[in-house]
Amino acid sequence: MEETITASPTEVWLSAPPLTEADAATQAGTPAWYRELQEKSWARYLDLPVPKRTNQHWRFADLKMIRFADLAPAAPATDPASLIARAVAGRPETFAAHFVFANNRLIHSEIADLPAAAICLPLNEALVAHSDLVRSHFLQETQSLGGDKFAALHGAATLSGIFVHFPKGCVSEKPILVHHFNGGEGRAIFPHTLVVAEDNASVSVVDVFESITPAEQTLNVGMVDLFADRGGKIQYVSLQNLSDNGAKHVQIHSTRAGRDAAVKVGFVNLGAAWVRNESLNRMVDTGADCQIFSANLANGIQEYDQRTLQSHEAQHTTSDLFFKNALYNNSRTIFSGLIHVKPGAHHTDSFQTCRNLLGSEEAEANSMPGLEIDADQVKCSHGSTSGQISDEEIFYLQARGIPADDARKIISLGFLNESIEKLEGDELKAYLFARVQQKFTALDESA
Amino acid sequence: MSNNATLEAVSIDQDEGNFSYPEDYAYDAGYGLNEGTVDYISNIKGEAEWIREFRHRALKVFFAKPMPTHWASKDLENIIFNNIRYYLSKGRAPVRSWDEVPDDVKKTFERLGIPEKERKYLAGVEAQFDSEAAYSNVKEELTKEGVIFVNSTEGLREHPEIFRKWFGKVIPTGDNKFSALNSAVFSGGSFIYVPPGLKVKHPLQAYFRINAENFGQFERTLIIVDEGAEVTYMEGCTAPKFETATLHSAVVELVAMKDAKIQYITVQNWSNNVFNLVTKRGLAHENAEIRWIDCNIGSRLTMKYPGVIMKGRKARGEVISIALSNNGQHQDTGAKMIHAADETTSNIVAKSISVGTGQSTYRGQVHIPRHLKGCKNNTECDALLINSSSRTDTYPAITVRGNQHATQHEASVSQVSEDQIFYMKQRGLSEGEAMSLSVNGFVNDLVREFPMEYSVELKRLIDMEMEGSVG
Repeated sequence: MEETITASPTEVWLSAPPLTEADAATQAGTPAWYRELQEKSWARYLDLPVPKRTNQHWRFADLKMIRFADLAPAAPATDPASLIARAVAGRPETFAAHFVFANNRLIHSEIADLPAAAICLPLNEALVAHSDLVRSHFLQETQSLGGDKFAALHGAATLSGIFVHFPKGCVSEKPILVHHFNGGEGRAIFPHTLVVAEDNASVSVVDVFESITPAEQTLNVGMVDLFADRGGKIQYVSLQNLSDNGAKHVQIHSTRAGRDAAVKVGFVNLGAAWVRNESLNRMVDTGADCQIFSANLANGIQEYDQRTLQSHEAQHTTSDLFFKNALYNNSRTIFSGLIHVKPGAHHTDSFQTCRNLLGSEEAEANSMPGLEIDADQVKCSHGSTSGQISDEEIFYLQARGIPADDARKIISLGFLNESIEKLEGDELKAYLFARVQQKFTALDESA
Repeated sequence: MSNNATLEAVSIDQDEGNFSYPEDYAYDAGYGLNEGTVDYISNIKGEAEWIREFRHRALKVFFAKPMPTHWASKDLENIIFNNIRYYLSKGRAPVRSWDEVPDDVKKTFERLGIPEKERKYLAGVEAQFDSEAAYSNVKEELTKEGVIFVNSTEGLREHPEIFRKWFGKVIPTGDNKFSALNSAVFSGGSFIYVPPGLKVKHPLQAYFRINAENFGQFERTLIIVDEGAEVTYMEGCTAPKFETATLHSAVVELVAMKDAKIQYITVQNWSNNVFNLVTKRGLAHENAEIRWIDCNIGSRLTMKYPGVIMKGRKARGEVISIALSNNGQHQDTGAKMIHAADETTSNIVAKSISVGTGQSTYRGQVHIPRHLKGCKNNTECDALLINSSSRTDTYPAITVRGNQHATQHEASVSQVSEDQIFYMKQRGLSEGEAMSLSVNGFVNDLVREFPMEYSVELKRLIDMEMEGSVG
């Protein structure tokens, strides 16, 4: 990576607290603890250094990507109706609720089929209506996989996104859909997703990220926190399909899985110029299970930087991570995953797989699969491979009358689909798969 | 599980090397490190001006570089560079016959069995006692055929036309803080040259011994194997157990010319107070092969990542690594494979065993840059945890550019299965014996890569380390 440092590296990010006057009005009704937390976060954000080369959490990362010109919070979108139409088109037919945010503001909400006991509200409303419930789960995670400065900035700014709370035994098979649009040159959004599944509750949430207009320098700094109590079940999927020209996307996720809880998380990255996913999965009580999947299709000069931690903190916990990257042109991916089995977390089963399919001579895949084992009676393994489609596979399909180019596409699609297949919900999977297919079509056209 | 029993096992293992003789040195650079230390060493050796300059430049780099604690063990901060002696020797030139070696030094090596092994199966031996080689000999017929096997001082003085070209080229001074330290104060080590086409049948061996307390050993090894030639080099190391920390920081450079083969075998059994911070790297030209076979049993903290730069087409690199960490030990080992030409292949197989509170770490780097074709890497790391307080870490980093390569990495962590132990106990083995058998089975396929004498020794060491670790 050649690095050209200009005379004055713009590492300001945001020079003023990221609240516009309109936001300040929304904020007026929020509880005092929340405003205090925001102030503290802003101070922390100013305090924390911009990540440097020597920070192991940023190894192999292109640090030019986090030199931002002075950003500003996004202004209200000018044509919300067209955005709502975009969000509604092609969405899964059955869903529990659908929220659409544009530039940090809610522009559309629709409750289709939500259990009566469930709370599912935009964050700013939940802060007012369920202050204590939000407070006990809001930005609780202090561990960081390198993005703590981003997390602090998020804490100082977020007011968009949703709060989902499913009380004991509350179950919904249908997903809650949330769209986040970002637009405007030099603008930033701070989407938040907070999901709590109490004992034996079951909930599914899907976030979709898109750009309003292509080719604008925008930044998303999102956070997702998932809490599953005893026997609770959560599925969370993030579909990132921003403009691959200028849009940058940071998403910091944490899961806290309690006794016998099962949490599935999926990251699908198709767009954005640069993506940083941090995924912190903590299994804090016996029987907790976390599964983390990702399917990433990188093209052009896209860079996808993913850092994960599977933290086993109690006996008899399990986790499985399965990431797939298909790379074309000059794209780059970085996968850094760590399995940490803490002292006393005996009888842990933990697995980690990262596979890279390199589709061009210039694409670059970096893998850092890590293990730290401090306990006994542990079964852990990780595997990482990088390679290309073998000639035999192409030949096999050609022998059945499929042209070589199509054969390559079919195999790559199947390769990524292996991650998507592990999620639950046929309609949701079809929705995700269709988006991946769309990007492949765009690939063909650009080639 | 009883930790006392495990401790006993440790002490058995290291008794063989745990003895020292009174210190009586003709040359002593004193404690601490400054420009005067470097000049003292250079004056004693009567070195050429370019070497003195090389040392001084390296010293500046050493002072300028920070400790790599942003990724490495914080234990490094416990090294106090001013409490270490950087040069100690009884005499400047090694002798060619054991009869001329000073009595206490000779006794040291006799107790370690070096002269006996030389008679039996070695083609050449060098024995280093603190800073300088006390004994160095190579079979006459090899000398006639043009093999050079000398220490670093002699190599640079007598054969600069051969060694200067590659000296400090495979591992530049600024590679890391400890390679810079070595470059400033190096002394001893082996400089070997094997002429084209010569296949040295028997291994060459060096034996490194630290005798003095608060001492730093900084040997420098450079092995150049010319076109089509082959050599196997073995090194062993021991030190007595002192109360205070001792530092061993070597730099080993290998150069394999076209079609050459080098096999470099290390059995490291330093006592538990030694910081063993070693930089080892080989440069493989077209169709050449470099194999590092590395076994780490001793030391307090070992940081060693043997590497191969595959510079020529079809060059091959291999690292076979066994690490055993017992109470209070941290074996931070691994491998570095830099592919710099088409159709180069590399293989890493690392197995570690953690006993008691021992910690094993695998750190690896595989780099396949763009515009190359047909490169392959295979990495396997397996870790075995014996006790509930044992720890193991794996930190590989793999970079692949382009669509004409294949890499695969696999790692696993496991325990000796209770079923296996039960099965063996059923057949009359004690639990300890069953455990030893299991662990030996775990590393068996790697142990076979060592020469016969070493593999027998390794099995014995593992048996002893495992003794009392269960119960």
